[in-house]
Amino acid sequence: MNKLNSKIPEGPLADKWTKHKASLKLINPANKAKLDVIVVGTGLAGSSSASTLGELGYNVKVFCYQDSPRRAHSVAAQGGINAAKNYKNDNDSVYRLFYDMIKGGDFRAREANVYRAAEVSNLVIDHYTALGVPFARDYGGTIDNRSFGGVQVSRTFYAKGQTGQQCLIGAYSALTRQIEAGTVTMYPRREMLDLVIVDGKARGIITRNLVTGEIERHSAHAVVLATGGYGTIYYLSTLALNSNASAAWKAHKKGALFANPSFVQIHPTSIPVMNSYQSKLTLMSESLRNDGRVWVPKQAKDPRKPNDIPEEERDYYLERRYPAFGNLVPRDVASRAAKERCDAGFGVGSTGLSVYLDFRDAIKKKGKKAIENSYGNLFDMYEKISGESPYETPMRIYPAGHYTMGGLWVDYNLMTTIPGLFAVGEANFSDHGANRLGASSLMQCSGDGYFILPYTITDYLADDIKTPRIQTTIPEFERTEKEVKERIDKLLGINGQETATSFHKRLGKIMWDYCGMVRNEEGLKKALVMIKELEEEFWKNLKVTGTGDELNQELEKAGRVADFFELSKLLCIDALNRKESCGAHFREESQTETGEAKRDDENFSFVAAWEYKGEGQEPELHKEELKFEFVKLAERSYK
Amino acid sequence: MNIKLKIWRQPNAKSKGRFETYSLTDVSSDMSFLEMLDYLNNNLIREGKEPVAFEHDCREGICGSCGIYINGRAHGPQHRTTTCELRMREFKDGNTITVEPWRAAAFPVIKDLIVDRSPLDKIMQSGGFVTINAGAAQDANSILVNKKNADEAFDSASCIGCGACVAACKNSSAMLFIASKITHLAQFPQGQVETHQRVKAMVAKMDELGFGGCTNTRACEAECPKGISISNIAKLNREFFVAKLKE
Repeated sequence: MNKLNSKIPEGPLADKWTKHKASLKLINPANKAKLDVIVVGTGLAGSSSASTLGELGYNVKVFCYQDSPRRAHSVAAQGGINAAKNYKNDNDSVYRLFYDMIKGGDFRAREANVYRAAEVSNLVIDHYTALGVPFARDYGGTIDNRSFGGVQVSRTFYAKGQTGQQCLIGAYSALTRQIEAGTVTMYPRREMLDLVIVDGKARGIITRNLVTGEIERHSAHAVVLATGGYGTIYYLSTLALNSNASAAWKAHKKGALFANPSFVQIHPTSIPVMNSYQSKLTLMSESLRNDGRVWVPKQAKDPRKPNDIPEEERDYYLERRYPAFGNLVPRDVASRAAKERCDAGFGVGSTGLSVYLDFRDAIKKKGKKAIENSYGNLFDMYEKISGESPYETPMRIYPAGHYTMGGLWVDYNLMTTIPGLFAVGEANFSDHGANRLGASSLMQCSGDGYFILPYTITDYLADDIKTPRIQTTIPEFERTEKEVKERIDKLLGINGQETATSFHKRLGKIMWDYCGMVRNEEGLKKALVMIKELEEEFWKNLKVTGTGDELNQELEKAGRVADFFELSKLLCIDALNRKESCGAHFREESQTETGEAKRDDENFSFVAAWEYKGEGQEPELHKEELKFEFVKLAERSYK
Repeated sequence: MNIKLKIWRQPNAKSKGRFETYSLTDVSSDMSFLEMLDYLNNNLIREGKEPVAFEHDCREGICGSCGIYINGRAHGPQHRTTTCELRMREFKDGNTITVEPWRAAAFPVIKDLIVDRSPLDKIMQSGGFVTINAGAAQDANSILVNKKNADEAFDSASCIGCGACVAACKNSSAMLFIASKITHLAQFPQGQVETHQRVKAMVAKMDELGFGGCTNTRACEAECPKGISISNIAKLNREFFVAKLKE
C-alpha cells in the first residue's frame, strides 16, 4: 500500500494554492480558543507558526531547549532572505524564483510546494518589514537587494550579515506579544523526548525540564515540529552545538516517514578547521561571493603568501569552470570544486584543506568603505577567529556541513504521515530538493509558519472542534513517559569511560568521510559497519556524570548522540539506495566526464520516504514519484 | 600553554556556591574560551567529577547564550567579543583566570555559570514589539525609511540579549537592553505609532523585575559585545520624557 498521498491540488501551477486555500475548512474564533496546538522549536518556523496561531486565537504551547526563544539557530543565518518582489526591475518574478529553486534543487523537489514558497515570499518580506526588521535600504528609503548563488537576479533582502538575527528578533517580538496576550504559553529550557500518539493521531509530547530534570506531559489537538535540521550529525558543522535531530527522529520512530535523509548541504564558505579541539565551524556568508573571488595557486603546494602570488599564477577555478555564474555557482557545486582542488594538492594553509576567498579586486574597485558596509561584521568575525584581516589578506575557507534538505515527509498541507503531526521549516523535506539555494531557508521557514501552516492546520483541526481537551492521565501518556524514563535510566546506567562528545566526534568523522560531499557504494557500506560497531561501543562504554533529576548537560548530549547513531544509518542507507548524483548528493559512480553530478531521471525521479520498522530492522522505502508538469527536466548547468 | 582556573561552582539555585581551582595543561592558543572549558570538562568527566555547567549554543557570537564573567569582565578582556568568540591567545601562559556567572539580583544562578535571564524576555513581552498580525502588512516599499534611520535601527537591533550590560552595571540596570529596543523601533514609522506606550511599559517592567536604575557609568557600553552605544539610553530617556509629558 502506498502510504504517501501528497495531496497536491489539481490545476495550473499558479492557481494551485489559491484554489486549495478556498477548499480548506475554517473554524470560528470561539471554537479556536478550545483547541490546543503544540509547537516545538522557536526558530523562524516555530516562532512564526506559534505567533500566527496565537493571533488566530488558538491555545498554543511553545517549547524550546534554549533559555529564550530568541536564541534558536535561525539567529545565525547571515546573508539574506529571498523574495520575488522584482524591486530591482531585473525581470524577476514568482515563476523565476520558483524555477531557480527547482533547478537549484536539481529537480528533486515538488513543483507545487516550491511554487507556493515563492508565491508567499513577498508576504513574508512585507510582514518582517512591518515588524521592524531593519532590512538594508537605499538613499531614497526603499529596500535594497543583493544577489546570491545560483541566480542571475538580485532578490535577496538582507540586514548586513545578520539577516537571521534580525528576522528572528522580529518573529520573536511577535511571539512575545502573543505570550503577553495569553494565547501562547512559552516553555523554555524544555527538550521534547517523545511524541504521544492517541488513536493514531499526534496528541502530545513528553518533555524534560532541563533545569529540574522533571519529565512532563503536554497534550494538544495537534503537534507542530519546527525543530530544524540535523547537520550536527557531522559533529563539526555550522550549526549551534545543541541543535539535534531527536524530536524529528522520535516522530519518525512513531510512524512519521523520513524523506531524503541523505540530502545534506555542505556549505562552501566556512572558516576551516584549525585544531583538534575545535567544536564548531563558523560560516562565512555566501553573500561574500558577490564580491570575493575564489582561487588557489596554479602551482601545487605553493609556499608563497597569497599576496605575493601574481595574477597569472592564480587559478580562479570557479570562474574558469563556470563562466556564466562564476563565483556565484550554487553551494553544492562550489563545495565540490573546492574539495577537488584540495584533493588534487592545490589547497592552501597549513593543512592544505582550504582555498582563498579574495576581496582585493572588490576593494580596489568599490573602496574599502563599501566593502565594510556590506560585510563589516563578517570580516570582524573572521579576524577574531583566524587572527588575520580579510581587508589585507584573502580569507581562507573550506566547506562544512550546514543544512539538511531532507527531513520529515509532509504532504502539501505540511502534515507528516502521522495525522495531526505537522513539520515546518528545515524539519520538513519539501521545498529544496537535493540542494538549497542561498537565502531560501529563511524564506521557506517564515512562509511555512506565517502563511501556509495556519491555513492547513485549521483545515485539520476543523474535524476536532468537538474533541475535548486531551487528558494527560490517559494510558498513552503514561506509557510514553515510562519509555522516556527507561531510556534516561539506561543512558545513566552504562557507567563506562567515554564521553558523549567523544562518541559524537567519532561518528561525525565517519559521516564526513563516507557520507559527506562525495559518496560511493564501497564507502557507504563501510560506514554502515563502522557506525554499528561504534554504536555498540557507545551503549557499553558511555560515561554520563550526574543524575536525571538536575540540570545535566552530559545527559542531554548523550540522548542526542544516541539518536544520531540511528539517524546516521538511515542517511547511509538512503545514500546507498540513490545510485544517481543529484544536487548535494554526489555519487562518484554517477558523474559526467567533466566531473559534474549526473542525474538519472528515469530511475530516481522520486522522493525516498523511509518507514521505521523497529529496532534492528531494515527501514522500508516508499517512493513518491515526482511529476514535472510545468518545467522541463534539464541538465543543471551553471557553465 | 598552562593555565589555572578559578571557577564558580554552585550545584543549584538553592545551595551556596564557592570557587574551585583547576589546573589545565596543553591549552592551545587557537582554542576558543568555551573549547577550553570543553577540554576541562572532558578531563573532569574522565576523572569521574561533575563537569562545569555553562550556557552556549551557536558559538559564533550571535545567539547570546554564552555569558561568563572572566577576570572581572563580562565576556572577558577582548573588546566587542562574546565569550564564545574569545580565543585563548588573549591569555598568557601561567595565567590564573577567574570565571564567574553573571552577577545580578534579577539573574539568579541556576547552576555553576548558568543564570536565569528570563526577566529580559518578560521586558520584551511588556512592549518590545510592533502590534501587527501576520497578513496585515502593506507592501514593504510603501514604508520609506531614511537610510540613516535604517542604519541606526540596525545598530540598535544588533543586541543579542546576552545580559552583559546588566552584569557589568554596578546597579544591575537593564537600561541599555531596553534602550536598544526602543531606539530600534522608534526609527521606523511603523514603530512610532505605539512608541509612548512601549517605552513606559518596558521601563515599568524593568523596575518591577528588580533591575536597578542608570547612573551613567557607561560600563554597559564598554562591555556590550555588539558595541551598542550609550546614546541609545539618551534616546530612551527622551522618548520616556515625551511619553510622560503627553500623559
